[in-house]
Amino acid sequence: MDDILLLEAIERYLNGDMDVNERAYFETLRKSTPEIDQMVVEHSMFLHQMDIYSVHHNLRQSFQATHAKLLERGDINEGGELTAKGQVIQLWNKYKRVTAIAASVGGVIALVICGLALYFAPVVNGSQIEQLSKAIEVIKRNQQVQGNLINQVQTKLPENAKFISGGSGFLIDSKGFIITNAHVLKGSGAVVVNSKGQEFNASIVHIDQDKDLAILKIVDSDYEPVTSIPYSIRKGNTELGEQVFTLGYPRNDIVYGEGYLSARTGYNSDSLSYQIQISANPGNSGGPVFNNSGEVIGILSTRQAQAEGVAFAVKSKNIYRMIEELKKSEDTTFDRIKLPAHSLLKGMERKQQITRVEDCVFYVKAFNSK
Amino acid sequence: MKADTNEQALLKGLALNDSKAIETIYKDNFSMVQAFIMHNNGSYDDARDIFQEAMIALYEKAQNDSFVLTCQIKTYVYSICRRLWLKRLQQLGRYSNQVDSLDETVPVEEDLEIHEKRNAEFAIMDRAMNSLGEPCKSLLEGYYLKKMGMQELAAEFGYTNADNAKNQKYKCLMRLKKLFFSQYNIGE
Repeated sequence: MDDILLLEAIERYLNGDMDVNERAYFETLRKSTPEIDQMVVEHSMFLHQMDIYSVHHNLRQSFQATHAKLLERGDINEGGELTAKGQVIQLWNKYKRVTAIAASVGGVIALVICGLALYFAPVVNGSQIEQLSKAIEVIKRNQQVQGNLINQVQTKLPENAKFISGGSGFLIDSKGFIITNAHVLKGSGAVVVNSKGQEFNASIVHIDQDKDLAILKIVDSDYEPVTSIPYSIRKGNTELGEQVFTLGYPRNDIVYGEGYLSARTGYNSDSLSYQIQISANPGNSGGPVFNNSGEVIGILSTRQAQAEGVAFAVKSKNIYRMIEELKKSEDTTFDRIKLPAHSLLKGMERKQQITRVEDCVFYVKAFNSK
Repeated sequence: MKADTNEQALLKGLALNDSKAIETIYKDNFSMVQAFIMHNNGSYDDARDIFQEAMIALYEKAQNDSFVLTCQIKTYVYSICRRLWLKRLQQLGRYSNQVDSLDETVPVEEDLEIHEKRNAEFAIMDRAMNSLGEPCKSLLEGYYLKKMGMQELAAEFGYTNADNAKNQKYKCLMRLKKLFFSQYNIGE
């Protein structure tokens, strides 16, 4: 019981509830009794802790209350997913049937429309690959235009000759050997036109349908052999992503295009060709595909009809193969062909490269003489 | 930036545990802190915890009469929350560099040190209180926290007289002190 009284006294003392006399008495007691003094100090500390505890406790409570209040009023929010979710589920349950009916009606209508559209749509040509040689109508029109515009150049087409197709080709030997696609040369003969518009007679020397390659030889007294061919023809493979460019004749003027090697094989994994992302048009067939250092890596041949910008090029090593095969044959014409081995275009700016290459890229016109 | 008079008034209100002031400060700053914590791997609960701790730190600062906030409340609260949350993330091993440091902050390390000491003490007392059991807990809370008189407590808890209540309170207090100091001294 004494302890209780003592503690009460200490609390009263610390709280300042004692009157002057009592206080003075207690202080002398503190001084004379170390145990009491110790208790006072200890209890004072404890009460201080208790006060802080009390304050924090109350603060936390009022913060929680404030939080709840603000949350309720919408001044702050904690996502409130629960109620929203509840609403969605309620709505779903309510409109489940309606939604199901609406969905099935929609489905049926879609099917009917699809069917009708398929039924009435014009039948599309199933060919997935377009050869890039030009359609005959285009050639005709171009011929007319050309005839009107360039009077000084007389066409070297034989009389009565009928245009079959047109494409591009490029020199592989300065003596006038030109590589183009086999599918460009549909007729019995061909003339080639250089980038300045000059026409030269050419003879078809060899056609390799398997590789879709053909060799022409310029047989024309007007032809002045170029001193050297600035590009080389690449023997090895080319890696994905290689930047490439091409020159060709989708119209009467030479046209430049650029892109990149997008696959190591061609259409349907054809290992003889590459897939190239480039804008190619009818007339680009047979055109050279160069890499940045001015090596011919392929011969542009076909494009995929359904996909934008997807073209295919016959790999350049096929030129080597073809020439090798030809050299083994008895015909001595091919012994003279010497493929250009060094590119003179390395490190040049593209514009300069084009200027140098331009003269060696020809417009190939195939005709049928009657 | 010197805090304007409006903010000083708010702080004074907070120091006096004025609910209006608390509400205003809470409303003005909570969403910002919440956004910060939610952006940095935190949950709604984390945001609430951290923000309320920052409010307590602010309260402690406001308690000090000589205290003048040298920046806006917003900046101070944000700085505290940022520090606290970074520390919490580190403790949880979830520390990431995502914490965006584009906002203005003020150095709060010293304040936080004091705050953390207080916090630890609070936790010890809280644990001690909670392990007392009833009726001790409520009795002591009534006397020390709610500042109720012995007479009043005796009536509320159903003791026949204040002396019995006092007796009971004494026993409870002794137990609490024992619990508290055993932990407190380890903490020291």
